[in-house]
Amino acid sequence: MPVPVFRVAGLTKVYDTGQIKVRALDGVDLELYEGEFTVLLGPSGSGKSTLLNILGGLDAATGGHVWFRDRELTGLSDRALTAYRRDHVGFVFQFYNLVASLTARENVQLVTDVSRNPMSPAEALEMVGLAPRLDHFPAELSGGEQQRVAIARAIAKRPDVLLCDEPTGALDSRTGVQVLEALKRVNDEIGTATVVITHNVAIRKMAHRVLRFQDGRLLGMEVNDTRVDPEEIDW
Amino acid sequence: MHALDRKLLRDFARLWAQALAIALVLGCGVAALLTSFVMYQALGDSRDAYYERNRFADLWATARRAPLSLLPDIAALPGVRTAEARIEGLVTLDIPGREEGAVGRILSLPASGEPLLNLPLLRSGRLPDPDATDEVAVNEPFARANRFVPGDSFFANLNGTRRELTITGTVLSPEFIYTIGPGAMMPDNEGFGVIFLPERAAAAAFDMSGAFNSLTVGLYKGASEPEAIDRIDALLDRYGGTGAHGRDRQVSHSFVSSELDQLWTMTIVMPPIFFGVAAFLVNMVLGRIVALERAEIGLLKALGYSNRMIAQHYLMLAALTAAVGILLGWGAGAWLAQGMARLYARFFDFPYLIFRGSWSVYVVAGLIGLASAAFGALRVALSAARLPPAVAMQPPAPPRFRRGATDLLMARLRLSQPAMMILRSITRWPARATMSALGIAMGVAVLSAASFFDDAMDKMLDTTFGLANRQDAVLMFAENRPEIVLDELRGLPGALQIEGQLVEPVVLRNGHLEKHTTLEARRPGADLSRIVGGSGRVIAAPPGGVVLAARLARQLGLAPGDTVEVDFLSGRRETALLPVTATIEQYIGLAAYMDFETLNALRRQAPQVSVANLTLDPAQRSGFHRALNGMPALAGTAMITDMRRSFDETLRENISITATVYIILAVLITVGVTYNGARIQLSERARELASLRILGFSRGEVSFILVGEVMVLALLAQPAGWFAGLGIAWAFTQGIESDLYEVPFVIVPATFARASLIVLLTALGSAMVVRRRIDRLDLVAVMKTRE
Repeated sequence: MPVPVFRVAGLTKVYDTGQIKVRALDGVDLELYEGEFTVLLGPSGSGKSTLLNILGGLDAATGGHVWFRDRELTGLSDRALTAYRRDHVGFVFQFYNLVASLTARENVQLVTDVSRNPMSPAEALEMVGLAPRLDHFPAELSGGEQQRVAIARAIAKRPDVLLCDEPTGALDSRTGVQVLEALKRVNDEIGTATVVITHNVAIRKMAHRVLRFQDGRLLGMEVNDTRVDPEEIDW
Repeated sequence: MHALDRKLLRDFARLWAQALAIALVLGCGVAALLTSFVMYQALGDSRDAYYERNRFADLWATARRAPLSLLPDIAALPGVRTAEARIEGLVTLDIPGREEGAVGRILSLPASGEPLLNLPLLRSGRLPDPDATDEVAVNEPFARANRFVPGDSFFANLNGTRRELTITGTVLSPEFIYTIGPGAMMPDNEGFGVIFLPERAAAAAFDMSGAFNSLTVGLYKGASEPEAIDRIDALLDRYGGTGAHGRDRQVSHSFVSSELDQLWTMTIVMPPIFFGVAAFLVNMVLGRIVALERAEIGLLKALGYSNRMIAQHYLMLAALTAAVGILLGWGAGAWLAQGMARLYARFFDFPYLIFRGSWSVYVVAGLIGLASAAFGALRVALSAARLPPAVAMQPPAPPRFRRGATDLLMARLRLSQPAMMILRSITRWPARATMSALGIAMGVAVLSAASFFDDAMDKMLDTTFGLANRQDAVLMFAENRPEIVLDELRGLPGALQIEGQLVEPVVLRNGHLEKHTTLEARRPGADLSRIVGGSGRVIAAPPGGVVLAARLARQLGLAPGDTVEVDFLSGRRETALLPVTATIEQYIGLAAYMDFETLNALRRQAPQVSVANLTLDPAQRSGFHRALNGMPALAGTAMITDMRRSFDETLRENISITATVYIILAVLITVGVTYNGARIQLSERARELASLRILGFSRGEVSFILVGEVMVLALLAQPAGWFAGLGIAWAFTQGIESDLYEVPFVIVPATFARASLIVLLTALGSAMVVRRRIDRLDLVAVMKTRE
């Protein structure tokens, strides 16, 4: 029986811009499990990113509850959320978000500087296959390499959960596969619960569990009995 | 090193030009603060130490001839610690190898050797033997200017006898830190010397055995000065006392004090301008950096960096900039303070300059610099820290432009699209545009305020020498003489025009307010020495009343129509009540004026004169000076022509130094504001400008948008700059006004024009430097990057 890492109950998020109210999440209930690779599917505006931001402590819910293991995240102070992110969560974004003025190693060091029990930046970059590119600046790396630096940066702290928002969205198929392989490797070897948002339906085949979203609601959930390797994914 | 610190250093290195532009402005503030404050402290400390060690007196009094037996009575007065009698007088000197005469101020040295008060500090040789009749010590600057060494001698006209005096030593005295001869306006060490003569010789020369004509008094701490002055005046009154006074009316002391006041004004007025502009620049540049790094801030937060760490990161960027500025400011400040010290050494004769614990001043100046950068950075850093991470990672919403009244106006004016872009950008960020314009205005203000001194000095010189004192020479008589003495002077070689003037030392009173000054009288129509009012109007004092310098009238609380009480301090010591007929604005001195006949009638005497004003034939100058050497009745000669020249030269030199410094300061402020402003605009508009280039706009047309905005702001800044300049100049005149002089508050239009021109050219230059980056704009890359 899998152990839940996140429990979400009646989660709503409303963006109020004054003139219009947007319900980004509208009463979502779900569970995500330790060690699993989960894919969130859905069109733009379906609420996937909002959910990911709330799970990662980047955004606050309007209603409902979110638990990380036994701890309720909803209602935590800004300071407590910062500590939660620092100690438990790794993020990977679509546009890599590397600091341009820092090398690959230093971008990873940004994380290891503030974590409790990190691996060394070299070790983390090794895991994503970038050992030879340690001292290159982002501008000297390809898109796929930059995204792998971002993954190394996310996993260097040995996070309990790895949250990825469209990690392959800006990449071509070949570099996309390299990135997915890095993610799978982390999930397999360290057992980090991994949540990946994607538009690419094909990627669902490598997940343990797939959640579909539309209009801020959870449409359905499927569990893959057999998973395929990233290189077998057809883009 | 932490990765975040490494980012900090690399960001700083990337921003070096902008950071340097800010650091230079901040450095100016630190340097200005250091220079003026270090000098203020050094001058004050050196003066105080010198006064303390050499027992500078608290009170001075002169009398016609008072018996030495009076001295114990004075010493016994309440509050009096030491009273010392001496003999002093002015004599004409004949210096071998010098054509013009010189004036000496004789001061007696007590028979015991050293005086109790105003102890001269021996610089070379020895003090004269108390029994010698022809040995003297002279003040060091006089010896140096005339290249005298101990053993040299010169001639003095001592009470009618020409005597050769041998120099035994040179000294400095706390009474003569600023040494200025009678009738002179600035030090002339070659033509004026202080001569220390043993008491016995002085008594013989001035017919003062058993008597004195000069008194110095030291008071106990906490003793009442006015009370002591009253009691001394009461004792000296019957011996021709002219009124005791405190340090405030001691000439050297008041010059040093007025210099201290000026330094203090500088300390208060200038540095805040630079610190304010630097704070604004930090705010503007850091604000832009935070806007550009929104995504990175969001990322750092996602990675678990706390608000404090993020705020600290951006504060450190400001602190690094400040650190560069502070180091530059320390260096420049130390260097400028040395330069100032050298300048002071030319005017003030201190045996030493004390630079006390100045490191603390450096620390304070540094902390103020740091604080102003932090002040500018704080809001931006906090707003960066407060950005919610999920929001930070979204690109910012495009700025909202709305149609407003200005748009209607622009439509009316049928402005081109680029001109519209410029004006919309200004109206879209009104606070930033206003602050930028104010920053540029400060550049204009600093320049106009600096040139103000030039204008003011021109005005002072023009009034003082061009209109009021048009004589070539002033001959001062030892005693008032009948007016017919002028006829004798007509025989002097080269003398062209001769006019007499009566000068009486008086105390003017209005109720409890009183002022020691001189009452001057000349015949109506006098041409060589005239009374000139503020507007350059020449005034003749009407019979029957007194004309007062406006500053004097203000100090006494008098206005035309009031009555002033006049106590005459010489001859028959009488008191008269006279109406004030007019007041006039005067820049130098605090005098009162009367009609010649009226004053003589009031004193019940046949017309007398104290000085003679002459114009000379330059060709006969030597003959004139030779003839003067034989005139026993003269106490001194002032060569106004020479004075005018030396005054002019010294001022021009000082003004050209300060003008250069201020131009540099103004250029730095302008570069700081305009360069950073243009860089930020380029950064904000790179996509827009690249789009325009892609649409077919030429480089020139695109540059127009960038340079145009800077120049529009620079133009708008001009009137504000002129006003601020007037304000600073006014603050200076208030800080500098003293009994000695008042700096006229005048700025000529050309000053504003020059300041504006310099600032506008600098702004254009800065914008053009940034414009070069447009040429290098990579059109494709710019369009690809998201914000």
